Amino acid sequence: MSGARTLAHRLYSGEVSYDFVGKRRRWYAISGVILLLALVGLFGRGLNLGIEFKGGSAFTIPNTTASVEQVRASVEKAGVQDPIVTQVGRSTITVQTPALTPDQSVQVTKQIETDTGVKQGDIAVQLVGPSWGSEVTKRAAQGLVVFLILVVIFLSAYFEWRLAVAAVVALIHDLVITIGIYALSGFEVTPATVIGVLTILGFSLYDTVVVFDKVRENTRAITSGNRATYSEAANLALNQTLVRSINTSIVALLPVTAILVIGVGLLGAGTLKDLALALFIGTAAGTYSSIFIATPVACQLEERRPEMKALAARVAARRAGGDGRGKSAKKSAGGATTATAVLDAVAADEAAADDVTPDTLKAPGVTSTGPRQQPRGNQARSKRKKK
Amino acid sequence: MAAPTQTAPRPGRTLAILLAVIVALGVWTFWPGQSHTPKLGLDLEGGTQVILTPVSSTGAAITDDQLNQTVEIIRQRVDGFGVAEADVATQGSGSNATILVSIPGVTNQAVLDALSTTAKLDFRPVLLEDYGPLQATASPTPSASGSASTSASAKPSATATASASSTASASSTASSTASSTASGNGAAVTGGLRPNAGTASPTPSASASASTSASPGISATPRPAQTTNAAGITSQGGLPPIQSSKNDAALQAEFTKLDCAKTGALIGGPVDPQKYLVTCSKDGAYKYLLDKAAVQGTEISSASAGLATGGAGWQVNLSFTSTGAQQFADVTLALSKNTTPQNQFGIVLDGLVESSPYVKEQILGGNAEITGSFTADEAKALANVLNYGSLPVSLQVSSVEQVSPTLGSDQLHAGLIAGALGLLLVVIYLLIYYRALGLVAFASLLVAAFITYEVFVILGRQLGLALSLAGVAGAIVAIGITADSFVVYFERIRDEIREGRSLRAAGDAGWIRARRTILAADFVSFLAAIVLYFLSVGNVRGFAFTLGLTTIVDVVVAFLFTRPLVSLLMRTKFFQSGSHWTGISPDRLGVKAEIVPVAVGHAKES
Repeated sequence: MSGARTLAHRLYSGEVSYDFVGKRRRWYAISGVILLLALVGLFGRGLNLGIEFKGGSAFTIPNTTASVEQVRASVEKAGVQDPIVTQVGRSTITVQTPALTPDQSVQVTKQIETDTGVKQGDIAVQLVGPSWGSEVTKRAAQGLVVFLILVVIFLSAYFEWRLAVAAVVALIHDLVITIGIYALSGFEVTPATVIGVLTILGFSLYDTVVVFDKVRENTRAITSGNRATYSEAANLALNQTLVRSINTSIVALLPVTAILVIGVGLLGAGTLKDLALALFIGTAAGTYSSIFIATPVACQLEERRPEMKALAARVAARRAGGDGRGKSAKKSAGGATTATAVLDAVAADEAAADDVTPDTLKAPGVTSTGPRQQPRGNQARSKRKKK
Repeated sequence: MAAPTQTAPRPGRTLAILLAVIVALGVWTFWPGQSHTPKLGLDLEGGTQVILTPVSSTGAAITDDQLNQTVEIIRQRVDGFGVAEADVATQGSGSNATILVSIPGVTNQAVLDALSTTAKLDFRPVLLEDYGPLQATASPTPSASGSASTSASAKPSATATASASSTASASSTASSTASSTASGNGAAVTGGLRPNAGTASPTPSASASASTSASPGISATPRPAQTTNAAGITSQGGLPPIQSSKNDAALQAEFTKLDCAKTGALIGGPVDPQKYLVTCSKDGAYKYLLDKAAVQGTEISSASAGLATGGAGWQVNLSFTSTGAQQFADVTLALSKNTTPQNQFGIVLDGLVESSPYVKEQILGGNAEITGSFTADEAKALANVLNYGSLPVSLQVSSVEQVSPTLGSDQLHAGLIAGALGLLLVVIYLLIYYRALGLVAFASLLVAAFITYEVFVILGRQLGLALSLAGVAGAIVAIGITADSFVVYFERIRDEIREGRSLRAAGDAGWIRARRTILAADFVSFLAAIVLYFLSVGNVRGFAFTLGLTTIVDVVVAFLFTRPLVSLLMRTKFFQSGSHWTGISPDRLGVKAEIVPVAVGHAKES
């Protein structure tokens, strides 16, 4: 445990810094390949749609000792050919057939009841008209579009539009990956899956908001200094929130895993499994994208702003010019440069945040390095030197 | 530094307020004599859920009024079967709407079949009329319900079933005021139908004769349970609508036999306009033998409620298409020559008589008023019925889901076990990682779970909100989201300690920053829940509702419980000791004790 804490601390102070933003091409490439696979799966194999989307009838026989063959025989005896009969879980059998009339479904139910000795009324029946699925899909698509618009508006107001766009890019990334995994794996898509996928919207953004909040904090007054570029400050934010991102993701995934395990173990199939599976994939993708996609994309967008370009130029000039701090930074690798620069950024922010009205403090706060930061910065650097 | 005074000056008081709220909710939740568990959805309790999609027969958009009327008809059918606690609800509006019918327990097939048939409206001359429930004292009352003038006859108060259905009695209560002689049970269904003032000039319609017979013949799909006996009478096990192509002794015998108080008598159903009809009024107070349809509902061009032209109260204004106008003129001419009850026509919706106004004189021109001292609501209800008739909504069964009680309880158990396991895993993780703070998170989760439970019980009781399997899943997923807020807060506290702050300062400063993140992240979750709720169908709603509710609970708990609790704990000796078990001991976080110069750190240059 203590190892992890030390690591957490070193991540926070910038001693240990993974260059997420700088190596964005690598993440983009990885995501690109995954997305490509997802799209190939989606358009090549297509989704395995449940009867809710195709129309059809499903019968669930709980707590039965009957075999799949027995059930198939009795369904066929009831006059329905080629049913899809599957054993799910320990003692549940499901039957899927093309759309049946209510009369036919009653016949099937009765036949199964007589043949397998299942108690009357225990068989769950689901009849779905063929148009229902398209209705569900249409609503889901509408919901998605409305949500994306609202999220862009909210995040633009809360952060700014560039971060909002980056968040939405990451979100779409997660959705496509989740849908692609469904296509490639052949997991059945049910309305519960759609719920799960839509819930990913909120989940994926939760992580992104946490990271972006820190990014914003680290970059609030960045343009008035020349210590770090936007990307470097954002990268530090990522490193600082890394533990948090991982923890929130694990904590979010644990209950989802519980639903998945129990859903599959006790019920075999159904709402719980479908929902949890979509959430599991989506949340995992969301954790990845908030670190590897959202922030790098945000940085790319930010670095295009003239003031950020100017800042990057100033930072480069300062480092080339080699003032006291720059020298030590120049000696070590790029990661260390980031660390030094970043500590200043944090100091600047801190000064701003300490005051009740941060705005009034911005200008002095940026240049000041509080007495308390100074020794720590030195300490951090001296540690590095020892290595 | 001003940080410590910025927030939660009195954590104890905040906690006390929350405690008071929880206790108040708890008293409400566990009040004796009420259910102390949340209302369960059909997939947990067992039952049938049918999703119907209304489709307009002409392709025109479906108005909300029509939708409501459709729901009303379905409700009438379901209630008619005597199904307890069945629930009919709409989701969405207009052409986008779906109708959700939830029937608990094991359902028989007849109910399902009855749901999807299209209800139609027509006008039929009344041939015979009597009280709906069979009279123990064969009351000789000829027809109390005819016109106001004949209602002088005292009514046996045994017919108190008149108010069985509140909507159905819309016109009956109106007429009871019209016929002042009627006794208080308000059973008389009347309504004067007078020519509209402005319709003196008869509208010549050349095409009328040609198209008169065009509209009938749309035969609705017969209900499977419908039987035809030797005399050619079709009925549903002797219950209305009973139809025959001949008005003979056999049909009249059916009329005499009919008991509108019997279960199933008021289900209604599609009727053949070309046949005679024996049926009940919608509230079961009266029964009728009706002629073939004289005017089909589709010939109504519009109906509206308006203030009565000549007197007090409200009336219904009605206008017909040219075909309908001709048919209406014909039937009113014939009726106006008759005596009660044959001077009435029944407005039959879905095989049940909505209203049976009498006719004074022939009505030409296709505009009519139905009067009878209606209140605004009653007139509106009748106008809705008539408007619905002009454009019947057919219903497509989109989905039927039958869950047996056994499977339902299995699903509930699985959900509860998953919830317990999920909570356990999260708590174990938080305890390992955050130690004493993990306990705070555990306590916060318990408080959140308890509040959520209370709200579900109360909403289930007050608003009929049912907890579905998807809702249970939503609640389990919410454990993670709620715990995420604590993780964000705790990590912020650790950040502040790494910055060199004292425990108390870190607890406060960390909160200021975490608060913003928590609010923003929760807002996004809440937004997702709202969008899901309003743009979704069926089970998705239950999930979205739970998610939205738990998000709010999360904010409440984080602000009113976790935050003040941490604030209090930071003052304790245990946390001040910097023990490793606190989860935030400075040296564990990499901060050496000697470089935590709080006083210096607080000195600001600016």
